[in-house]
Amino acid sequence: MEQKEALFNYLLRLGDNAAILGHKLSEWCGHGPELEEDIAVINTALDLLGHARSLYMYAGEVEGKGRTEDDLAFLRIEREYRNALICELPNGHYGDTIARQFLFDQFNYLLFSELVNSKDETVAAIAAKAIKEIRYHLRRSMEWTLRLGDGTEESHKKIQESFNDLWSYTGDLFVEDESDAVIVAAGIGPDLNTILPIWRENVKAVLAEATLEMPEDGWMHSGSKSGRHTEHMGHILSELQYMQRAYPGCEW
Amino acid sequence: MSEEKDLQAIFDKKIENEVKIEPKDWMPDAYRKNVLRQMAQHAHSEVVGMLPEGNWIARAPSMRRKVALLAKIQDEAGHGLYLYSAAETLGKDRDTLVRELLEGTAKYSSIFNYPALTWADIGAVGWLVDGAAIVNQIMLQKTSYGPYSRAMIRICKEESFHQRQGYEIMLTLCRGTDEQKAMAQDALNRFWWPSLMMFGPSDKDSPHSAQSMAWKVKRMGNDDLRQKFIDQTVKQADFLGLTIPDPELKWNEEKGQYDWGQIDWEEFFNVIKGNGPCNKERLAARQAAYDNGAWVREAATAYAKKKAERKDKEAA
Amino acid sequence: MERKDWPLWEVFVRSKAGLSHKHAGSLHAPDAEMAISNARDVYTRRNEGVSIWVVESKHIHSTLETDTESMFDPNADKIYRHPTFYDIPDEVGHM
Repeated sequence: MEQKEALFNYLLRLGDNAAILGHKLSEWCGHGPELEEDIAVINTALDLLGHARSLYMYAGEVEGKGRTEDDLAFLRIEREYRNALICELPNGHYGDTIARQFLFDQFNYLLFSELVNSKDETVAAIAAKAIKEIRYHLRRSMEWTLRLGDGTEESHKKIQESFNDLWSYTGDLFVEDESDAVIVAAGIGPDLNTILPIWRENVKAVLAEATLEMPEDGWMHSGSKSGRHTEHMGHILSELQYMQRAYPGCEW
Repeated sequence: MSEEKDLQAIFDKKIENEVKIEPKDWMPDAYRKNVLRQMAQHAHSEVVGMLPEGNWIARAPSMRRKVALLAKIQDEAGHGLYLYSAAETLGKDRDTLVRELLEGTAKYSSIFNYPALTWADIGAVGWLVDGAAIVNQIMLQKTSYGPYSRAMIRICKEESFHQRQGYEIMLTLCRGTDEQKAMAQDALNRFWWPSLMMFGPSDKDSPHSAQSMAWKVKRMGNDDLRQKFIDQTVKQADFLGLTIPDPELKWNEEKGQYDWGQIDWEEFFNVIKGNGPCNKERLAARQAAYDNGAWVREAATAYAKKKAERKDKEAA
Repeated sequence: MERKDWPLWEVFVRSKAGLSHKHAGSLHAPDAEMAISNARDVYTRRNEGVSIWVVESKHIHSTLETDTESMFDPNADKIYRHPTFYDIPDEVGHM
């Protein structure tokens, strides 16, 4: 596989993670548990959508076919989206959203901490800007994990279930394929296998402090890197792409 | 008794001399009630106002539009928050205020009971609804109650992008395909009259208007504000090439302002009474957020308490 | 009954290095950490600050309106506290 193709795939993965999770988080707008939380969640959503835009723009450039951020965000078919499965899962209750966010933030933080040193200058520059925001996301989702885990009996029970339910989607974050091999060899991005143990340690430590059990490893979902998604993805795209599909070729 | 007379005199003099009334100052009970009612209503409007636009975040047609809309709605949450805080300075906490909204004893702006049906509605809401709100809010920066005035100043500063955001959407649609332009015209048709209703009943029929003006809580009457909005909006519609749905709309050279038709006040009072297209949905959405968030708020309180106790233990 | 809603906090923001913190507004939060987080999200969305203080509103004490006369008026006529009270010949230059 050529490096250009691998880099394009890689950028789409990063971009789709941010776009789809930002899209899901924005659904909380107007429905959060407190006004302050609405504002905070939207801030995270806006950060992620910002990352997605930079990554899509660069992906379009790398591909060299003149595709814009919107072409990439709105006009691909489902199998061409490369976001991790965990990003497309329903928001559920607030504990589900926090647990999903914490597991992802922890991954994203470790990944972007490495991307800051990427041999690809544009990737490094995007990561340098994004890492500051991701650090804040992680702090917030970690603090909320503690609050809900070590809060009331009800909240403890709820978020424990959230982590248990989400656990089988975490394996998908670390699956590597041919594109990854090229990216790692070129020094553009880290080997996900080196991140995994640190991710586990960190998640374990926070869950312990939150008086929660680390879920047991078992069968894991996978497929996002080849565009095999959950049933939820189609519904996301039917909303996300609605305008672009209903009125093709228009300026908005 | 004579002490109260003195206090009333001090209060009156402050109002006369444009000195702001602050939370711990003496104020007549009726003034307190009036300002509190208005701030709470304003706060509720910001928060309920997030819902019709929120309906389009997931379907925004481009990344640029998506982040702009999201940031705008986020501001509305912030503005609701500033206004609740201002209201709380008069001794009613947010939880009580929110419950009054959910129980239906407190009102919010009727405009948010209208649905956002197409993407053009997001343009129309920003252009007309925010446009009307800004006319009102600029006036309220000079309101006599200090915390309300300060909240308004901050809000006006932040809202300056909201109307531009909406107008830019309209402009893009009007420069687009016939279908897009028709979408824009349809949105204007549906939002024009409800936007005019936002200023409230005519001063002669408005129960609170005269007293609010005397206390300088409001600095301009409903009718004058409405006229100001119409006068500034007509040329914006002309620039878009859209037609305002009022056959009686005509420039009156003598008065230096537009003459215009009749608001359907029956519709207005009907929507206030609860018979609007989305009244039920809006309150149900707020109720659901309140109920579904209860365990989260409780957990955070419980955690804060545990943490404080642990800290005390360590110190002991 | 114990209050279930979060307490009210006052937020002070330093807009840039070297300036003092200024009252920005209030918000609700269950504890200081979250009050700071929320303050960041609510009051510095437009890059308005480099540092934040939060304090629970109940800890703020203030003067009363009824004390205004005795608290502040007495200092209105102490003009000797101001530089313009003193006559220095122009020839001395800026002082």
